[in-house]
Amino acid sequence: MTTETFHNRNLDRAREALLTPAGIGTGEIDQVMGRMLGHQIDYADLYFQYSRQESWSLEEGQVKSGNRHIEQGVGVRAIAGEKTGFAYSDEIILPALLDAATAARAIARDGREQTAAVATRDGGALSLYQPLDPLLSLDDTAKVALLERVEQEARRLDPRVTQVMASLGGSQETILVVRSDGVMAADVRPLVRLNVTVIVEQDGRREHGTSGGGGRTDYGYFLTEERALSYAREAVRQALVNLEASPAPAGAMQVVLGPGWPGILLHEAIGHGLEGDFNRKGTSAFAGRLGDKIAADTCTVVDDGTLPGRRGSLNIDDEGTPTQSTILIERGVLRGYIQDRMNARLMGMAPTGNGRRESYAHLPMPRMTNTYMLAGQTPPEEIIASVKKGLYAVNFGGGQVDITSGKFVFSASEAYLIENGRIGRPVRGATIIGNGPDVLTRVAMVGNDLALDSGVGTCGKDGQSVPVGVGQPTLRIDGMTVGGTEE
Amino acid sequence: MDSMITTAKTAPSLQDLAAQALDLARRQGASAAEVNTGLGAGLSVTVRKGEVETVEHHRDKSLSITVFFGERSGSASTADFRPQALSEAVMAACAIARHTAADPYNGLADPAHLARDIPDLDLHHPWPLSMEEAIDLARRCEDAAFATDPRIRNSEGASITTHDGTDVYATSDGFLGTVRASRHGISCAVLGEDGNGSMQRDYDYAAVRDPRDLPAPEEVGRSAARRTIRRLGARQIKTCQVPVLYEAQVARSLVSHLVSAISGPSLYRRSSFLLDSVGSALFPAWVHLYEEPHRKKAMGSAPFDGEGVETRYRDLVTDGVLRRYCLDSYAARKLGLVTTANAGGVHNLMVAPGQEDLTGLLRQMGRGLFVTELIGFGINGVTGDYSRGAAGFWVEGGEIVYPVEEITIASNLRDMYKGLVAVGRDVDARHNVCTGSWLLERMTVAGG
Repeated sequence: MTTETFHNRNLDRAREALLTPAGIGTGEIDQVMGRMLGHQIDYADLYFQYSRQESWSLEEGQVKSGNRHIEQGVGVRAIAGEKTGFAYSDEIILPALLDAATAARAIARDGREQTAAVATRDGGALSLYQPLDPLLSLDDTAKVALLERVEQEARRLDPRVTQVMASLGGSQETILVVRSDGVMAADVRPLVRLNVTVIVEQDGRREHGTSGGGGRTDYGYFLTEERALSYAREAVRQALVNLEASPAPAGAMQVVLGPGWPGILLHEAIGHGLEGDFNRKGTSAFAGRLGDKIAADTCTVVDDGTLPGRRGSLNIDDEGTPTQSTILIERGVLRGYIQDRMNARLMGMAPTGNGRRESYAHLPMPRMTNTYMLAGQTPPEEIIASVKKGLYAVNFGGGQVDITSGKFVFSASEAYLIENGRIGRPVRGATIIGNGPDVLTRVAMVGNDLALDSGVGTCGKDGQSVPVGVGQPTLRIDGMTVGGTEE
Repeated sequence: MDSMITTAKTAPSLQDLAAQALDLARRQGASAAEVNTGLGAGLSVTVRKGEVETVEHHRDKSLSITVFFGERSGSASTADFRPQALSEAVMAACAIARHTAADPYNGLADPAHLARDIPDLDLHHPWPLSMEEAIDLARRCEDAAFATDPRIRNSEGASITTHDGTDVYATSDGFLGTVRASRHGISCAVLGEDGNGSMQRDYDYAAVRDPRDLPAPEEVGRSAARRTIRRLGARQIKTCQVPVLYEAQVARSLVSHLVSAISGPSLYRRSSFLLDSVGSALFPAWVHLYEEPHRKKAMGSAPFDGEGVETRYRDLVTDGVLRRYCLDSYAARKLGLVTTANAGGVHNLMVAPGQEDLTGLLRQMGRGLFVTELIGFGINGVTGDYSRGAAGFWVEGGEIVYPVEEITIASNLRDMYKGLVAVGRDVDARHNVCTGSWLLERMTVAGG
């Protein structure tokens, strides 16, 4: 299938799902745009969305609850300089669209009615995933059975497993963007995930472990290569490690981060600070630093929305821009920002396909897709062998950053001490804190084992959640502050 | 343009909608069902550096239904209220119930516990605010922040928000409850820059039910500016073990961790560090926590909980001893207990204030760390292990000496609760959990 036919099919599909039932055609779109494009409005867009999602959850060996949710609506945005007017409606009908347009354009004082003829053209799109419907990819009995197998696998592995919580979720989102510059673009986005948490208990002590994965595909993904079962095994393994863990040390030390999900470091320490809105407004610790050396020579970091099938990937962003691979840091030098259309325009830069929104009821913002560091040269064993005393952290819970001061934290859910070049006893409760603009200057070694996460990441910003991915090779970072309890 | 915030005429239609959904469920053969539906409208305006940045008109609408076929259940939700969408949502919930396992603890709340009289808690005070008025208030707020100190050079903006909504909860047992509530806010976040070009950001905000209770916008702006300025020149400190004072707005999170650990799911999954702890002294003997759901105009007030159960004053901790868990009907049945009207969370959980204000607590601490901001998620609810990123101030001789950043504070929540030395009378009432500042005996601070 060529890219073009794939794209046109998505556009047809989206029109049929979103516009045809409401009797909205070219004339109606022009009428809505016309209401906004007075002389002070530079740009306007309409974002139509229809999504269906479901979730099934298991505890105590049984799937006891399930939920389905259907959502549709249209968001209407008008921009005048740095001002944005926004309104939305959960009814896709012409009067609601016109009302929303009137409310949105009110930011410009002289929003005079005009006739707009938006000669729509194709904005282009990638074909990184098929327009699958995950909800229909398995029958409901099989979804329940899948979760039951995950539970049985976890319990089979170790008698110390006392609880298994597993959930399966899927969604299909059809979106259509119409822009005042004439671009009309559409996407049909499947997304699935499976999560497992286990509780283990021994001699009155309890711990937990969590694992999971997913991507822009259907439920068949979990049935291949025993993926679902492998999540159960991983959750049990992690929980049992933590059962043996002692309190983490406190203070500055060498830290080795494992490959894959620990790339949350890049997301928090670097990624958010390079989002266009914060840099345009000068509120990021990275503002005005393009071209500066902010990392070791061995560090090249990209944000790449074009990885096939991955959770953070998109054929087009939520403003109809095809996604791309954007170099953020190239051999240690800050090269680029993460941009949506408005911030790119105001900064005189090109959009990077990172304009994303949680739904039609939210405004788009520059957001990450899949953010990762390219592989280096060093085998991971050599990196661990180089550390006399330090921390080896391989799994993490959440992280957070203060954009302005640059300080970020992320909390290890599986970590070990390194003593004399060897991995030693496991430790618990290790939160790591650092300073975004200088943490990568402390990268001493970069592994040759780049891995991406398994597909469970969700990023929150201004109250909006979007699915993202992260990745990195094994890294040694010198002088990071580890926040355990043992002095 | 005037904003269009009226919900008066919509309340009856939400009730009709709930009735229709319940009727559809019954006709599908459901033995019981419950419906939550809501409709709201709001306006949110942000001004940045004196210019309008965003004007957002919100209209929210949702209906969710849970159906029971004997001991099996399924749920679905929709934002589309048209008859076909409603019927599809009910069918979807019923379809799910065919595949879920029978669970003897499933079902609606015991009718004996349902709210009979629904008191008026004075939560509904719409604000007929025009876009122009909102812009003007936001501008006054941000201007005041800039005027406070020349080191305030940048801003994330000042915002005015207003929301007015109606929520209806109805069950096939005949419960029908309607709550109309409004919330309004002013917030401001500004950046300061010191001589070395390093930046700090902080914010302040107000959140109320009645717009007449809002402070002057200038007050919020000035406070945001002061909070930012005092952070300039922050540095790391050496790793140490010292007393820690949590400012009221971050102390609240310690109460939330407690609530999460004594909530139904954490207990019946045995995934809490506070299992079987009712009756044990978690806190020093002077500590008193109670829920006061009927406080007029309060942010956490509710006449009934998420399943129609009557809310009322209830102690949680007296004489330092945990007296009960936070349960909904399902968890209560599973644990062989009685619901505590906590379906959907706590309603105005109050920590009884102590004698000292913030200055007094700083003096009482003498030497230690005063924490004003926390970041990250380093809380293990299974073990109580706690380690979070923090920013605040180093305190010597009861006085703030300099700002501190890039540190973590760590301990175990059990030890933190046990080691509570004092609670301030500087109560932060902007949320459903209200407390003054907390002075803790000792934590590990990790720094350089």
